[in-house]
Amino acid sequence: MTRVTVTDVSVSYRDRVAVEGVSLDVEQGHWIGLVGPNGAGKSTLLRAVAGLVDYSGEVTFDGVAVPNAERSKTVALLPQNPVMPTGMTVGEYVLLGRTAHLSWLAAETDHDRAMVGESIERLDLLDFAGRPVDELSGGEAQRVALARALAQESSVLLLDEPTSALDIGHELAVLELVNEIRCERMLTVVAAMHNLTAAGRIADHVLVMANGATEAIGTPAEVLTSEVLGPVFGADISVLDAPDGTRVIVPLRSGHSI
Amino acid sequence: MTSAGPLVGGVDDSPAAARVTARSSREADRAIRQAYQLSPWALGICLLALLVAVVLGAAIGPAGLPTVDVVKELLDRLPLISIESGLTERQQIILSSWRLPRVALGALVGSSLAMSGAAYQGVFRNPLASPWLLGAAAGAGLGATAVITLGLSVGWGPFNSIPVGAFIGAITGVSISMSLGRLSGRSTTGLLLAGVATAAFLTAIQTYLQQRNSDTLRAVYAWVFGRISTTGWSEVWLLLPYVVVCGAVLFVHRRHLDVLRVGEEEASSLGLEPRRVRTIVVVAATLLTAAAVSVSGLITFVGIIVPHAIRLLFGNSYRVLIPLSAIGGATFLVLVDIAARSIDAPAELPIGVVTAFFGAPFFALALWNASRT
Repeated sequence: MTRVTVTDVSVSYRDRVAVEGVSLDVEQGHWIGLVGPNGAGKSTLLRAVAGLVDYSGEVTFDGVAVPNAERSKTVALLPQNPVMPTGMTVGEYVLLGRTAHLSWLAAETDHDRAMVGESIERLDLLDFAGRPVDELSGGEAQRVALARALAQESSVLLLDEPTSALDIGHELAVLELVNEIRCERMLTVVAAMHNLTAAGRIADHVLVMANGATEAIGTPAEVLTSEVLGPVFGADISVLDAPDGTRVIVPLRSGHSI
Repeated sequence: MTSAGPLVGGVDDSPAAARVTARSSREADRAIRQAYQLSPWALGICLLALLVAVVLGAAIGPAGLPTVDVVKELLDRLPLISIESGLTERQQIILSSWRLPRVALGALVGSSLAMSGAAYQGVFRNPLASPWLLGAAAGAGLGATAVITLGLSVGWGPFNSIPVGAFIGAITGVSISMSLGRLSGRSTTGLLLAGVATAAFLTAIQTYLQQRNSDTLRAVYAWVFGRISTTGWSEVWLLLPYVVVCGAVLFVHRRHLDVLRVGEEEASSLGLEPRRVRTIVVVAATLLTAAAVSVSGLITFVGIIVPHAIRLLFGNSYRVLIPLSAIGGATFLVLVDIAARSIDAPAELPIGVVTAFFGAPFFALALWNASRT
């Protein structure tokens, strides 16, 4: 249950500016989707919020500027392609999520193992607990990575395009699952999302980025429009109404219309 | 999501489903409780193998000692146990002054090299990494060669100049690599490349010194190919503090090495400080290696083969790898030393040659065994 406030954050890699002057304010328990073309700076912004890169500006959690090295108790990051070490079991992998809660030389306690058990159970991974993580399918691996993030007991969840390697069925299932857990635990979610339709359906707010800067921010209905998205993605984009009342966003081939 | 039941909703509350869930819960609970735990069986097997190696190492040699009597003599030296071994006074002197120090030194050197290799492979996430890669061997080689060819006197206390020169050389080699690595932005790749460049440079100087002093080639090569030969316990006492202190440092960092298996960025996001872990582990492993090569010369292969054999037999977790590599490395080098002094007795083969000759087939066997299971 944490409010995330990003104020005028910029990130540079040597001579290249990856994120420039981005600000956003995410209320506790809300989901903000970051959308934009490849190289827009979405992943870099997430890494700045996670404290993994140096940045200028300010990132606060409930108004407190937490030092980079201590963020892992507040923020859990679910990477796009989590590394799945050879031979490490699901139980061992999820146990890594307790790292931030252990002092330098301490070993895991029964409480840590209980938290791991709870995460594994919540994500229906009981049958997988003893299996090596490198033998899992893409969808299973993402679920295991999510279990590790839950075991971290953080109140902010950062997702870096977690479904980009999944088919549409698994993509929806993973996003629905994250959303359920967000509602249960009042997690604040900041997610880089490549699927604009999914972002429109699931996020409370959407930040549209291009060239490291903010192009638009607002509710999905306000910013996921062909006028905003067309110039950002350099394509003709059509926004259609779906039968369930949500919006479907599709690119159009030049010279074609729906 | 393909086979683990519904992700959301659709709860099956039938008795059969309840039984399956209960079984799954027990299995999951066991898997979580056993996560990263060192199996008592694995530990027992490794300790038993070491015990056998120590007894054989003490018994086998040019002057053969009866194995049973050696066992009795070793038991007699334990507190609260008194037993008549049957060894003559001469045999007891051979055991105390020659065999046991040699076995102890072999065990400590093997343990040091294997632990260091496993630790380096962990911090660099590279199965071929070893302290050799950061210039430890090249530095030690240069240090020893400089002492031999130039007649430098850097002896300290009871230790003659060659081990001290090798120790200084190994530390210097890794220090140069780490300093150069910092210039490249502290990345792992940058550090490894700095190590390669440093090793090449130091080896070039060593080769130049050898060429300029060809009369000492034999002495240089005798050191380079490694040997476990000692009279008395002085070298054991020299190495023991490094094994205890540096080994303890590596042991307590084995959990961090497991976290590093997901890569530095993910490890950072989980709350680890990868650079701090890398620095501490590299320093401890390097000191351990430098101390080992200073008394044994360059015994290659142990730091690669032992951790890999342990991986194949007992799993990839560093919580298992570090302690079992320590025991496995000790066992391996004691056994190899027996072979080195027995194959061409009374002459001794260079132990570095024997480690590779016997180690490679053993490694192939372990690989074959792993592929069948």
